[in-house]
Amino acid sequence: MITAERKPMEELIECLRPYHRILLVGCNECVTVCSAGGRKEVGILSSALQMAFMKEGKTLEVKEMTLERQCDPEYIEELVNQIDQVEAVMSMACGCGVQEIARRFKAKPVFPAVNTEFMGASERPGVWAERCQGCGDCVLGLTGGVCPIARCSKRLLNGPCGGSTNGKCEVDPDIECAWQLIWDRLKALGLEERYEENIAAKDWRTSRGGGPRKIIREDLVK
Amino acid sequence: MENFEPVIVAFCCHYCAYTAADMAGSQRLCYPPNVKIVRVPCSGKVDAIHIMKALEKGADAVYVAGCLEGDCHFKNGNIDAAKRVAYIKKLLDEIGIGGERVEMILMSAGMGERFAQTAADMTEKIRKLGPNPAKSTSMDMASNNL
Amino acid sequence: MKTESVLEKVFASGELAVTSECGPPRGAVPDKIIEKAKMLKGYVDAVNVTDNQTAMVRMSSFAACVFIKQLGMSPILQMVTRDRNRLAMQADILGAYSHGIDTMLCLSGDHPHFGDHPMAANVHDIDSVQFVQMIRDMRDKGKFQGGDDILNPPKMFIGAAANPFADPFELRVARLAKKIKAGTDFIQTQCIYNIDKFEKWMEDVRDRGLHEKVNIMAGITPMKTVGMAKYMKNRVPGMDVPDEIIKRMAGVPKEKQPEEGIKISVEAIERLKAVEGVKGFHVMAIEWEQKVPEIVERAGLLPRPAIDL
Repeated sequence: MITAERKPMEELIECLRPYHRILLVGCNECVTVCSAGGRKEVGILSSALQMAFMKEGKTLEVKEMTLERQCDPEYIEELVNQIDQVEAVMSMACGCGVQEIARRFKAKPVFPAVNTEFMGASERPGVWAERCQGCGDCVLGLTGGVCPIARCSKRLLNGPCGGSTNGKCEVDPDIECAWQLIWDRLKALGLEERYEENIAAKDWRTSRGGGPRKIIREDLVK
Repeated sequence: MENFEPVIVAFCCHYCAYTAADMAGSQRLCYPPNVKIVRVPCSGKVDAIHIMKALEKGADAVYVAGCLEGDCHFKNGNIDAAKRVAYIKKLLDEIGIGGERVEMILMSAGMGERFAQTAADMTEKIRKLGPNPAKSTSMDMASNNL
Repeated sequence: MKTESVLEKVFASGELAVTSECGPPRGAVPDKIIEKAKMLKGYVDAVNVTDNQTAMVRMSSFAACVFIKQLGMSPILQMVTRDRNRLAMQADILGAYSHGIDTMLCLSGDHPHFGDHPMAANVHDIDSVQFVQMIRDMRDKGKFQGGDDILNPPKMFIGAAANPFADPFELRVARLAKKIKAGTDFIQTQCIYNIDKFEKWMEDVRDRGLHEKVNIMAGITPMKTVGMAKYMKNRVPGMDVPDEIIKRMAGVPKEKQPEEGIKISVEAIERLKAVEGVKGFHVMAIEWEQKVPEIVERAGLLPRPAIDL
């Protein structure tokens, strides 16, 4: 999923300061799974914002809505009935959702409530870790199912570097050395010889380096 | 604010804390009427939003009372509740309401005295701390009419 | 001979090669690098110039190498993949070669986390193995990494680093094989204190015949104090300092520790001379460059062969 974390309250209160009536929109997908911006978090943030305003002797009316997701225009359309009654929108979705709301409702200021972080997976309840960088040219088949681009601090394709210690990255002992993981997997699969095949320099055009990307499926385009 | 009477919501788990409250009653122990008890099947049923709403609607403090460590009827409910309370305390500090207005208390079903003492201590603490800064004046009058 | 590099000539002559290292200054002060290099002149065949070492900004290795070249010495341009993309690297390589710099060392580089700009973007467009391959193709095929022809392709003698002590130990020979496959001409190892472990690594290296495909130089760093020894043992990733070394350093009074450290280094060199496949020594005396001449002399590595630059 795409993971995110709520921005500090100070920052959120500051950007909503000029307003009295806002729409707080959650998302039922990724940010719900990582407990950052789902229906529950909308309720908690709404309460926190209102109390923060009341503390300063002001009121903030918060309309709460949680969409199925915010990255499809059909769901954003559901905000149409609420949008004229508010002065601004705060979205708890990832950056994609925030932008889709802004695109649809050009006359309303839209603010992000969370900092979108990475594409990752759950390690255990309450812990999510980065797994994919969206490089556009997946090499997971070569590396035993562990991604060196996302999980190696130096994104080495022919690692490890000299700083790997006890299976941990030199940068942080909480980060596992991706190349230790890759080697362990290759061993478990009986594919040790693959390690010595040098992987060629990456073509970053398929990644963000080539510019913002787009996928067009001709068979699905209306 | 000389006659400030705190309004405190206590979420009490059925198996321990609520029974302790009952015990306090049978023992004719007094505790301040400021504490409004809400019975829940397990302290782990109390969610962050319940605590936030209680404060938003005018409570000056909230505490969640559950079983002693290892005694939760539902295994880990009290541990989960404690974690949520810790999370809310931080959030309340962030918005300037004050994390000291929310606490997690543990007790067993037989601890009538502990229940009464907790209620008294919490009431005193909040009386000194003052009313919930998020309370508007209209809400103040509403709570006094309770 | 693939290049004009002094180092290549020394290896080819069959003599043990000796290199050392200089760190450029943290400012536009050429005198500092010139001073350090002068201390080494005549005692080493070539001098490494580090590239933003430990991710701290210093005068660029390229610029510092030019000053060293002007002293009549042979600089080894160290370059990390952390700070430059492949365009900048190739451009710098052309520039360096045009200034007569013909020897390089290819590294990934320490993570910015350790340095003075932890907020900087990590480039790592290519890694050190791909870097070696790129320079080899520039030299032997006369082509840029993107495929176009190079006018007067740079003939670089290509070096890389090896750490026989980093984890996972079982991979350290395979990693060397990868670098050799990519085109490495010489290797400088991380500094060696655990000679037994190094000898084991060399045994595995020789088993695969790799010692004949690349010139391996053993890294040596003299200890100044017992504090330094303990720090390196406990706080530097990929470093193996046996307890006996700590004991030896701790066993002498503070004023005698530098001498003990140098003794340990000289003994190490003597022992390593006997290891088949060791073609030279890379003496790294960080902020203690003035001791390199003494170490080289006491280890019986003088005089250095006179090779015309």
